[in-house]
Amino acid sequence: MQSQEAQRILVVPGEVVVEGDYKILTPSYVIRIDRKYIATIVGLAQIDNESKEIGVIPLEGCYIPQLEDIVIGYVVDAGLTSWELDIRAPFTATLYAVDFLGRPINPAREDLSKYLASGDTVLAKVEVFDRNRGPVVTTKGKGLGKIVRGTIVEISPVKVARVIGRKGSMHQLLASETGCEVTVARNGRILISCPNRELEDILVMAILKIEREAHIPGLTDRVKEFIIREKVRRGLIGGETKTD
Amino acid sequence: MEKPRLIREDGLRHDGRRPDELRPVRISIGVLNKASGSALVEYGGTKVLAAVHGPREISQRHILLPDRAIIRCRYHMLSFSTHERKSPAPSRREIELSKVVRESLEPVVISEVFPRTAIDVFVEVINADGGTRTAAVTAASLALADAGIPMRDLVVAIAVGKVSGTLVLDIDEAEDMYGEADMPVAVAPSIGLITLLQLNGVLSREEFSEALKLALKGASQIYEKSREALRDRYMKVKVEE
Repeated sequence: MQSQEAQRILVVPGEVVVEGDYKILTPSYVIRIDRKYIATIVGLAQIDNESKEIGVIPLEGCYIPQLEDIVIGYVVDAGLTSWELDIRAPFTATLYAVDFLGRPINPAREDLSKYLASGDTVLAKVEVFDRNRGPVVTTKGKGLGKIVRGTIVEISPVKVARVIGRKGSMHQLLASETGCEVTVARNGRILISCPNRELEDILVMAILKIEREAHIPGLTDRVKEFIIREKVRRGLIGGETKTD
Repeated sequence: MEKPRLIREDGLRHDGRRPDELRPVRISIGVLNKASGSALVEYGGTKVLAAVHGPREISQRHILLPDRAIIRCRYHMLSFSTHERKSPAPSRREIELSKVVRESLEPVVISEVFPRTAIDVFVEVINADGGTRTAAVTAASLALADAGIPMRDLVVAIAVGKVSGTLVLDIDEAEDMYGEADMPVAVAPSIGLITLLQLNGVLSREEFSEALKLALKGASQIYEKSREALRDRYMKVKVEE
């Protein structure tokens, strides 16, 4: 894992990442001009010389919805038959009342803000999204629906992959070390609910640390160490704290 | 104001620069936190702040494009940026420069990634000392990069002028006012694209090619500084131990 991370290089738009014949894994972030591969964004380039693949992981950017993404949205408007949700994308998402309530509704008799009012928080999944219409989300699925408790931490959407980690390793680490329930939504909102305030504080600090240091190798180990150190410092577990 | 001596007897310019020397360039990235991306660029006494919002939904449906994002740009000079108070209302010159800055960015922004949206670029001139449009282009392209909008290359701009018969790089206000020609150039160096070329005044063919060479040389210096500034934001993050 370490050796793979060491091959990442920081690139900026216009930078020639590599020359030759490669397969582009991240089409909008790398373009090819003649035999040159040029990065289009500030990010970390990964070059695999064996399989001849090249990709750039962005370090800046907004959230672009993709099908099946789990997102956390804030209700901005209740319409006649649907709600509008802010999911931090360039477009607001639509949540149909039929989908959320599981039954048809009569707009003449029912007011949708009775169920979800402006400002409410919803955990949902992107059901439809293409270049021609805005995203439509659904709350059909395990654990999806209105969020009634917990805390939301917002981070940059491009750093979400690091909070999840390889095969969910970072996500598991955060949950097991702090004993909190952690739901990472793809649009950079993370829902946490913790047994107590101190563990919540530690978890929030750990998440923000991941966001800040996302591009520096050895992140998982650093975060694990950080959580343990904070727990010791607050007397939650025994052990000795190192003094600087 | 009387015309100052623009080229001194020792061949240097009125502020002591060599003809092919830039003013000190300072660049800071990510200086604002409400905008998606921002940059503060200084070419000597010229100081320009750029902020990018978006890509975001367009409320005026009739201006959206179904296949790509539109770029909207506002170039504006603050009231206190000049010697005499500048009226804050957009002048003819500012409206034109808004278009010029936008058109010098459009060829590099990969706007097809965000159909039906708008990318808003705001440029405020905080202090004007010649070359505000070039500093504006550089700042705007860096703010776009900071916002994470895919671009084929960064655009950097620089002006070349002719004062007292000599071609000089990066002209300031005095040289602009009393010089014979002013030629701002915006370049995307990696992909070899000139996205802006204006010429105010008269240059001979030979002078023009010489001036363009000088501009490309200056642009490559600013380009390096820009890339360094973008990288520094990440290189300077310290691991907390």
